[in-house]
Amino acid sequence: MADTTYDPEEMMTVAAARALKNGDVCFVGIGLPSTAANLARLTQAPDVVLIYESGCIGAKPDILPLSIGDSELVETADMVVSVPEIFRYWLQGGKVSVGFLGAAQLDRFGNINTTVVGDYKAPKVRLPGAGGAPEIATNSREVFITLRQTPRTFVETPDFITSAGYLTGGDARAKLGVPGKGPTRVFSDLGILEPHPVTKELTMVSLHPGITADQARAATGWQLQISPNCGVTPAPTDAELQILRDMKSRAAQAHSRSNLLSS
Amino acid sequence: MADIIPLSSAIADLVHDGDIVAMEGFTHLIPHAAGHEIIRQGKKNLTLVRMTPDLIYDQLIGMGCARKLIFSWGGNPGVGSLHRFRDAIENAWPQALEIEEHSHADMACAYDAGAAGLPMAILRAHRGTDLPKFNPTIREIVCPFTGEILVAVPSLRPDVAVIHAQQSDRRGNVLIWGISGVQKEAVLAAKRAIVTVEEIVDSVAPRANSVILPHWTVSAVCHEPGGAFPSYALGYSTRGNDFYRKWDAIARDRESFASWMQRYVLDVKTFAEHRALLTRSAHG
Repeated sequence: MADTTYDPEEMMTVAAARALKNGDVCFVGIGLPSTAANLARLTQAPDVVLIYESGCIGAKPDILPLSIGDSELVETADMVVSVPEIFRYWLQGGKVSVGFLGAAQLDRFGNINTTVVGDYKAPKVRLPGAGGAPEIATNSREVFITLRQTPRTFVETPDFITSAGYLTGGDARAKLGVPGKGPTRVFSDLGILEPHPVTKELTMVSLHPGITADQARAATGWQLQISPNCGVTPAPTDAELQILRDMKSRAAQAHSRSNLLSS
Repeated sequence: MADIIPLSSAIADLVHDGDIVAMEGFTHLIPHAAGHEIIRQGKKNLTLVRMTPDLIYDQLIGMGCARKLIFSWGGNPGVGSLHRFRDAIENAWPQALEIEEHSHADMACAYDAGAAGLPMAILRAHRGTDLPKFNPTIREIVCPFTGEILVAVPSLRPDVAVIHAQQSDRRGNVLIWGISGVQKEAVLAAKRAIVTVEEIVDSVAPRANSVILPHWTVSAVCHEPGGAFPSYALGYSTRGNDFYRKWDAIARDRESFASWMQRYVLDVKTFAEHRALLTRSAHG
């Protein structure tokens, strides 16, 4: 029987993890995407290849990394290449099937902002910026996005487009010659969204157990479309939750250990 | 030809006020000891270049060493904001900071082009994004063979590159293994290069995935064991994830940052003293 005591973030991570399959080559962003990608590797997709922008290809970390360059990634990777090489040969060269990204702000067409809140030249909040995301979003064959759904994250108009989704919707992305399919799935703590086949507007196609359509609408900064065929996401299984929790507790223990004396 | 000299001499001789300085190391091998020495020597008006500014540039920016920052991702990985970087951009504290912002892909290619002696790098990037509207160095170029619109960025040619490595031999041949980031490109693109190392050995023994920088590509080698902390050197240490988390509270406000820098950086003479002081306070 499924455990009913999971929290919304666990549901989000499990839903995202289920989307990766054996045969995928996944370029992994740090944080939620990295947790989901490793959960996939430890559950239904043991052969998924995880690539981190630090140059680690085929990383199989036992302890979730805090950064994209923890030694755990190097020591478990099939190979380690330089940063120019990871972006030029492996990403731009078309070897990546899924780019897995997080976001600070997301709009209805899957455009991502991780640069600023407010005006670029006089920002209210300066966010970290682009990193690898703009090219992961365009040079991967498709893109998955995972982030919490609130009116502050699912916004009508992002303050900045750091990474391209479907731009103004419809065929705008293809017309501009942006490579890659773009964001094909978004996993939030409330449900799963997919772009409408024609308008490319992100539409709720599955709600997580216990979440209502009204709750999802209230957490969205634009008028959210709910698919007429909208289903219910299967709850996390006991096995999924157990593996996820073990993985997170190993990481929490490792990351709070002071290594001043050991180094 | 590499001189094996103390870090304080290398910084005094090779880093000048107003220089373009690239201190690289992609999560791994970040040259923190050299960053502290630049702060202690009070270098000013630097143009700092680095893909991921990390704690090292948070400290240099917060201490007023930088006039301009060229970067592609300014956060504390897995933790959150770099508060001194944010305070400089949002509030011009302690002084205004000009920024030139890129993506990782274009900046990595710009270092590569610098090492290759080319004026620019070409890549498939930035389509549909807002960054080129605010950074005039990201421009379009048309492929003369296919007509495809690509991006060109000027190559990076720093006055001085500063990196940390695992080993050097007594002639200054440098050995790096593990995540090698853009250090080779940064050193070969720069006019001068300083390398701090964990260990000076009789002869370096290259391993798989290792990078060699021959002594004639390096200006100075400085023996600084543990000189990457809280970053790490594979084979010598692991990443100080606990310290990366603690930095968030230290750097969050100006006063706690200033007093931490005074106590742990300005009031010590070497990085070894800094490490010893940190260890005592963390366990005392």
